Amino acid sequence: MAQAVAEAIQKNYLNEKQGLLSWLLTTDHKRIAILYTFSITGFFFLGGFFALMMRLELLSPTNWLVSSETYNKLFTMHGTIMVWFFLIPSIPNTLGNFLIPMMVGAKDLAFPKLNLASWYVFMLGGGVTVYALVRGGVDTGWTFYTPFSTSYSTTYVVAAAVGIFIAGFSTIMTSLNFIATIHRMRAPGLTWFRLPIFIWSMYANSVILVLNTPVLAITLVMVGVERIAKVGIFDPALGGDPVLFQHLFWFYSHPAVYTMVLPGMAVISEIVPAFSRKPMFGYKAVAFSSVAIAALSFLVWGHHMFVAGESVYVAMAFSFFSFCVAVPSAIKVFNWTATMYQGSVSWDTPMLYAIGFIGLFTIGGMTGLMLAVLGLDVHLHDTYFVIAHFHYIMVGGTVMAFLGGVHYWWPKISGKMYPEGLARISAAIVFIGFNLTFFPQYVLGYLGMPRRYAAYPEEFQMLHVLSTAGATILGVGYVLPLCYLIWAWYYGRDATPNPWRATGLEWKTPSPPPAHNFEVTPVVTAPRPYDYEAMKEELQLV
Amino acid sequence: MITNFRLWPVSASSVAGQFNLLFVVLLILCTLVSVAIAIFLIYSVIRYHRKSENELGSQKRYNIPIEVAWTVIPFILFMAFYVWGANLYFHIERPPDNAISMYVVGKQWMWKIQHPEGQREINELHIPVGRPVKLTMTSEDVIHSFFVPAFRTKQDVLPGRYTMTWFEATKPGKYHLFCAQYCGTKHSGMIGWIYAMNPVDYQNWLTQGAPEGSLASNGEKYFHQFGCANCHHFNNQGRCPDLRNLYMRPVLLTTGQTVTADDSYIRRKLHDPDAQVPWGFSAGVMPNFTGIVSEEQILALISYIKALGPQPGTQEPSSSGAAPTQYGTQKGIGGPGATSNAGSQVEKR
Ligand code: HEC
Ligand code: HEM
Ligand SMILES: [Cu+2]
Ligand SMILES: [Cu+2]
Repeated sequence: MAQAVAEAIQKNYLNEKQGLLSWLLTTDHKRIAILYTFSITGFFFLGGFFALMMRLELLSPTNWLVSSETYNKLFTMHGTIMVWFFLIPSIPNTLGNFLIPMMVGAKDLAFPKLNLASWYVFMLGGGVTVYALVRGGVDTGWTFYTPFSTSYSTTYVVAAAVGIFIAGFSTIMTSLNFIATIHRMRAPGLTWFRLPIFIWSMYANSVILVLNTPVLAITLVMVGVERIAKVGIFDPALGGDPVLFQHLFWFYSHPAVYTMVLPGMAVISEIVPAFSRKPMFGYKAVAFSSVAIAALSFLVWGHHMFVAGESVYVAMAFSFFSFCVAVPSAIKVFNWTATMYQGSVSWDTPMLYAIGFIGLFTIGGMTGLMLAVLGLDVHLHDTYFVIAHFHYIMVGGTVMAFLGGVHYWWPKISGKMYPEGLARISAAIVFIGFNLTFFPQYVLGYLGMPRRYAAYPEEFQMLHVLSTAGATILGVGYVLPLCYLIWAWYYGRDATPNPWRATGLEWKTPSPPPAHNFEVTPVVTAPRPYDYEAMKEELQLV
Repeated sequence: MITNFRLWPVSASSVAGQFNLLFVVLLILCTLVSVAIAIFLIYSVIRYHRKSENELGSQKRYNIPIEVAWTVIPFILFMAFYVWGANLYFHIERPPDNAISMYVVGKQWMWKIQHPEGQREINELHIPVGRPVKLTMTSEDVIHSFFVPAFRTKQDVLPGRYTMTWFEATKPGKYHLFCAQYCGTKHSGMIGWIYAMNPVDYQNWLTQGAPEGSLASNGEKYFHQFGCANCHHFNNQGRCPDLRNLYMRPVLLTTGQTVTADDSYIRRKLHDPDAQVPWGFSAGVMPNFTGIVSEEQILALISYIKALGPQPGTQEPSSSGAAPTQYGTQKGIGGPGATSNAGSQVEKR
C-alpha cells in the first residue's frame, strides 16, 4: 500500500535525488534557490538581531545597555548584513533564481554551474564578513566613509571589505546568468512584450548590478590600499580627497538602492494581476519604467552629498535627476492601483502584502521627494528622516514584497499550501509593527535627531520608545511566517499546479515542478502576458 | 522621565520660516496625494472584492490619456518644488556680506570655536541675535557635520579644506548643536549648545571674558613665531610677496591661471606651498608648515592676513614699526614692525 502511494507521487525536483550532497552539488536552479533561501534567511535574522539590540539601547537616552563602541558596531553590522547579505540577493537569488527559467519556459538558467558557484562565492563572502564580526566587528557604518574607515577606525574594516568584495562576484555571476537566460533561452513565441513584468524588472536589475558592482569592488580595494599601504587616496593627511570616496561609493550605492527595490516591484507586478485577475494595466509603461529607473539611477548619486561641500550647481543637477527618477516610480504605483480597479480582487495573503507594499512604498517615495528638495535636505540629511525614508522603501517595500512573493509561490516551491488564516494575521502584524517602528522616525528626523547616535537628548525619548515597541511587534510578524512556512512544508495541504489560477508559465507545470521544469517546452501563442481573456476556458473563469 | 516632548522643531533662524513653509506645503501635498491613492486603492479592493471563485473582472489593459496625465502632471509638480527648493538652497549656501566671521575646528569629539574678538569656546557658541554669522570650518581628523536643527542648517566639516555655513538667529535661546556625520566612537557625544543672545547681552559676554587679544592679533603673534615675518616683508620687494592687500584679491599664478586669495588659498599655501605659486615668485622657497601649524593657528593667521586687508596704495610699510594701526582694517593690527628690518632670513626655515 505504502509502496503504491509512493509510486503515485510524482518525481519532482525535491525528491528526485536525496541526501545532503545532492543539494550541495546541485546545478538545478530551483535547488540553488532553496540554498540561497536558507542563507539569506539566516542573514536576515542575524541582521534583525542587531537591529533589536539597537532598538533596545535606544529605549533610554543614555548608554544603558551597550557602550557607544558596541552600538557603532551594531549599526555597522546591521547595515552591512542587511544590504549585501540580505536585500541585494534576497529576491533575485531566491525567487528570481527559481522563477526566471520557468517564466521564460526554460529548463534551467543559461549557466547552471556558474549559478552554483555564485552560491559558494556568496557563502565565502558571508563567511569572511561573519569572521570580521566575531573577531570584534566593524564600526565604520555600512557606508565606510573615509578618512574614518581608512585612517582612524581600529576595527576589522579590511576583513569586512574583503567579505563584501567577494560577495560582489556572486552578484555579478548571478546577474550575468539572468541576462543571458532572458536573452537567449526564452521559449518559442515568447517575445519581449510577452514577458511578465517580473522578467523586465529582474532584467533591469541585473543590468544595474553588472554595471555598478565593479565600482564598489574597486572602491573597497582603494580603501584597503590606503588602510594597509598608507597610499593617499582619500585621507587628506596623506594627500587624498575624502569626498572622492563618497562620489565613488554613491555612484555604486544609489543604483544599488534601486537594485534592492526593483526586485520587490517585480514581485508586486506579478501578485497584483494574479489576485485581481486582470492584465497589468499599462503593461508597456510599467516595463519601460523599470528600464528608465535603471538608467536614471546612475545619475542621482550626488543627492547624498548636498551638504558635503558640493557646488550649488552640481547639487541642482542631482536634485533634478532625483525628481526624474521618481516619475517612473510613481507610474508603477498608479498602474498597480489601476490594475485592481474593476478587477476581481482577492484578499489572499500575497495580495495583502502587495497592498501593504504599495502603501508603504508610496510613503517612502514621497519622503524621497522631500529629501530631493535641496533646501529641505540640508536639514533632513543624516537624521532619522533619512532612516525612515529608506526603511519604508527597503523594509516596508522590499521585505513585504519578498514575503508576499514567498507566499504566492510557496505552493509551487514546496508543493504545499500554507495556513491562510494565520498568514493573513501575520501580514497584518507586519504592517502594523512596521508603521509603529518607522513612522515615529520621520518625526524624530525633522525634529533634528541625528543618525547613528547611541545616546540622545531626552526630548526624543518618547518617539524612540514608540519605535522600539513597534520593532518588537514587527519581530513577531517576521518569526510567525518562518514557523508556519516550515510547518506547511511538512504538514501543509498538497498544492495543485495552479492554485491561484494565474497566467504565468510557471503555473503550467506541476507543484513542485519536475527537475527539468517542463515535460515539453511550452510554445507561447498568446499575444500578451496576463491574458485571462484567452485563458478563460483553461482557468475555468467566467 | 520623558521631558520636552514635541512634534514640531524649534524655529529660531531667518531661514527656519522659509524651510517650514516649503516643508509644510510639500507635506500637505504629499499627504493629499497619498490619501487619494489610498482611497482609490481601498475602494478598488473592497468594491471589486472577488464575489465568486470563478469570477473574472474587467480586462481593460490601458488608457493612454490617463497614463500620459499621471506621468506629466507629477513631473510638472516636481519641477515647481525643485525650483522652490533650489532657491532656498542658494539662500542657505550664500552668506550675506555683512556676516560676522567665526571659525570652527572639529575634531574627535569636540567642536572648537574661535571668535574674531579672540574668545575661544569648546562645544558652545555664543552669537548675537539679528546678525548673520558666518562659520568657516575645518576638521583635524575625520569628517564631521555642523548641524543646528533650530536654524535648519547643516554643513559637513571636512579635513583638509574649508567649508562654510551661515545663519542669523532670530530668537534668543539655547539651541542644540549636533555632529550629524558619523565620526567614530563618541559621535553621539560630539554635541553642544548654541547660545543666541540679545546684542547687548552679547556685547557683555564678549567684554566679560575678554581674552588677551583678538584672533587677528593672535595671528600676528603666530606670524612672528613661525617665522612668516622673516620672509614676508611689507615692502613689495624681494623674493617673498607682500601679504597686505592680498585677502580676497585675485592672484595671478605662474601657470597663468587666476585664483582668489581666499581662506582655502592661504591654507593650501601652508600645507602644499608649491601647488599654487603667484606670478613673479619662485616655488620651493616658502616652507611647508604641515604638522607645525595647527588648524586653529592657521585660522588665526588667516584672520591676521585678512586684517592686513585690501588697502589702498602701495605705501611703503613703516620699517620702524611706527603707526602700526594704519595697516589693515582692524584696530590693533600692525605690520611686522620689529622684524621687518631683520632681513631675509630664508635659511631660518
Ligand atoms: C622662507 C621664506 C618664507 C616663509 C618663512 C614663509 N613664506 Fe610665505 N611665501 C614665501 C614665498 C617665496 C612665497 C611666494 C612663492 C610661493 O607662493 O611659493 C610665499 C607665498 C605666500 C603666500 C601667497 C602670497 C600671494 O601673494 O599669493 C602666502 C599667503 C604666504 N606665503 C603665507 C605665509 C605664512 C602665513 C607664513 C608663516 C606661517 C609664511 N608664508 C612663511 C616665502 C616664505
Ligand atoms: C522615489 C524616488 C526616490 C527619491 C527621490 C529618493 C531620494 C533620496 C535622497 C535625496 C536621499 C538622500 C537623503 C540624505 O541622505 O539626505 C535618499 C537616501 C536614501 N534612499 Fe532614497 N529616494 C528614492 C527612492 C529610494 C529607493 C527606491 C530606495 C531603496 C530601495 C532608496 C533608498 C535610500 C537609501 C538607502 C538612502 C540613504 C542611504 C544612507 O545614507 O545610508 N531610495 N533618497
Ligand atoms: Cu540615492
Ligand atoms: Cu560625528
